[in-house]
Amino acid sequence: MSITVSNISKSYKSVKALENISFNVKEGELFGLIGPDGAGKTTLFRILTTLLIANEGSATVAGFDVVSDYKKIRNSVGYMPGKFSLYQDLTVEENLNFFATIFGTTIEENYDLIKEIYVQLEPFKDRRAGKLSGGMKQKLALCCALIHKPKVLFLDEPTTGVDPVSRKEFWEMLKRLQQKNITILVSTPYMDEAALCDRIALIQDGEILQIDTPQEIVKHYPKQIYNVRANNMYQLISALNAYEFNHSVYPFGEFVHYTDKRTDFNPEDLKVYLEAKNLSNIHIDKTVATIEDTFMELAK
Amino acid sequence: MKNSNVIQVDQLTKMFGDFTAVNAITFNVEKGEIFGFLGANGAGKTTAMKMLIGISKPTSGKANVAGFDVFTNAENIKKNIGYMSQKFALYDDLTVKENITFFGGIYGLTRKRIKEKASILIEELGLEEVANKLVGALPLGWKQKLSFSVALLHDPKIVFLDEPTGGVDPITRRQFWEMIYKAANQGTTVFVTTHYMDEAEYCDRVSIMVNGKIEALDTPKKLKEQFNVDNMNDVFLKLARG
Repeated sequence: MSITVSNISKSYKSVKALENISFNVKEGELFGLIGPDGAGKTTLFRILTTLLIANEGSATVAGFDVVSDYKKIRNSVGYMPGKFSLYQDLTVEENLNFFATIFGTTIEENYDLIKEIYVQLEPFKDRRAGKLSGGMKQKLALCCALIHKPKVLFLDEPTTGVDPVSRKEFWEMLKRLQQKNITILVSTPYMDEAALCDRIALIQDGEILQIDTPQEIVKHYPKQIYNVRANNMYQLISALNAYEFNHSVYPFGEFVHYTDKRTDFNPEDLKVYLEAKNLSNIHIDKTVATIEDTFMELAK
Repeated sequence: MKNSNVIQVDQLTKMFGDFTAVNAITFNVEKGEIFGFLGANGAGKTTAMKMLIGISKPTSGKANVAGFDVFTNAENIKKNIGYMSQKFALYDDLTVKENITFFGGIYGLTRKRIKEKASILIEELGLEEVANKLVGALPLGWKQKLSFSVALLHDPKIVFLDEPTGGVDPITRRQFWEMIYKAANQGTTVFVTTHYMDEAEYCDRVSIMVNGKIEALDTPKKLKEQFNVDNMNDVFLKLARG
């Protein structure tokens, strides 16, 4: 096991940030912590990177205990915090050199690991980090987290606020790093990114709702979901919310995902109801659950 | 139809030195429309939005927002629009009620009107129990819903939302969009940026900016047809990859 977490709890005064969290990450695995802001993801990262001590429970990273062996962990992991934490006044190259030096290595020594990312940064190597665009900052931060060839990589919301194109490129990079036998623990509020992980933990309010592969997680969704569409989205949502048999009503792109309380639900009944509410162009079709559906069902 | 346009933008341009951040964009937004303003990081969205809300002077072009010219009448624009920034902008160390009262005062509402508005708003948001608690202690989702309501306090013609749902949990994100639908249904125009492509589908029309220019503008349905893809994410990837 590359990361083991057993019964970790952490409170800040009266606020419980993490409550009895347990999970393991295998060597070379790409493991996702999926949850919104305030779920406790960053607290967990800080405990695993030895920057914070848990109130209860224990954890190991790369075989070392996070409390008694913290110094060894710091040499074996790379950490990219959610907030940009490089030196804004140093250039791209200076930042990278700095991080290589404090870990007792050189850019040349591990260049193969960062090459693919760094070539995109190279035209800007003399630019100060503070003057880079968001996507470039993110790439530089990843290079700095990788330059000492860590066994385990911690990425705290690396794609928050990043546009879909850069997000896609970033995940392609992670997949390539995984091939180089680096274990990756990554957190994200974007549910669509969950499908790109080997396994995920859904986390909300300091508790883990479920841990499994993305495929298994959606399989466990307890109900049949229907895509509902009509001429007016706002009126459709209002009508569905007012329908006495609804179990859940969630807008999903051009559709509303609808589930019904009844086991013998007939979509025709719903159509009749919606027509009576003056909606037209009504379409009701079966659809399959996504990670986001599952998350919302569990978080309800 | 021209008269129902609450935003009219014609060849609007903004240059920083020799860098063109916004390059001759042209579009209109109708009253009550939910208009999605998309683009990659650095495409020029924020710069364009700053010109429209009257806090950045364009280099050239024309724009009329809520009936006022961005060059000559920016102050009146500010009075007639609401704005919610992606950074939480209410006062953390004021209570929910105090924040509402403060912003109501800034917008020039009477004390009586502020009181009425505050109680309606607190009830609608289900914030009765925390009305006297500091805003800093609220969960992010509640803060965002409160910010949106505060941006609508003075019944603006248009509300500008800059990535209002970043990092918010999926249930709250949807409740937030229900609030947007409601506001639009009551005639408020909503101008919104987002990185969630499912949210782009909720918009009546969507524009996509690439390197300072608007490269696509239509309903989500027509954009998907035009690019021959199933969802807005793929539309975005096809366009912005260039």
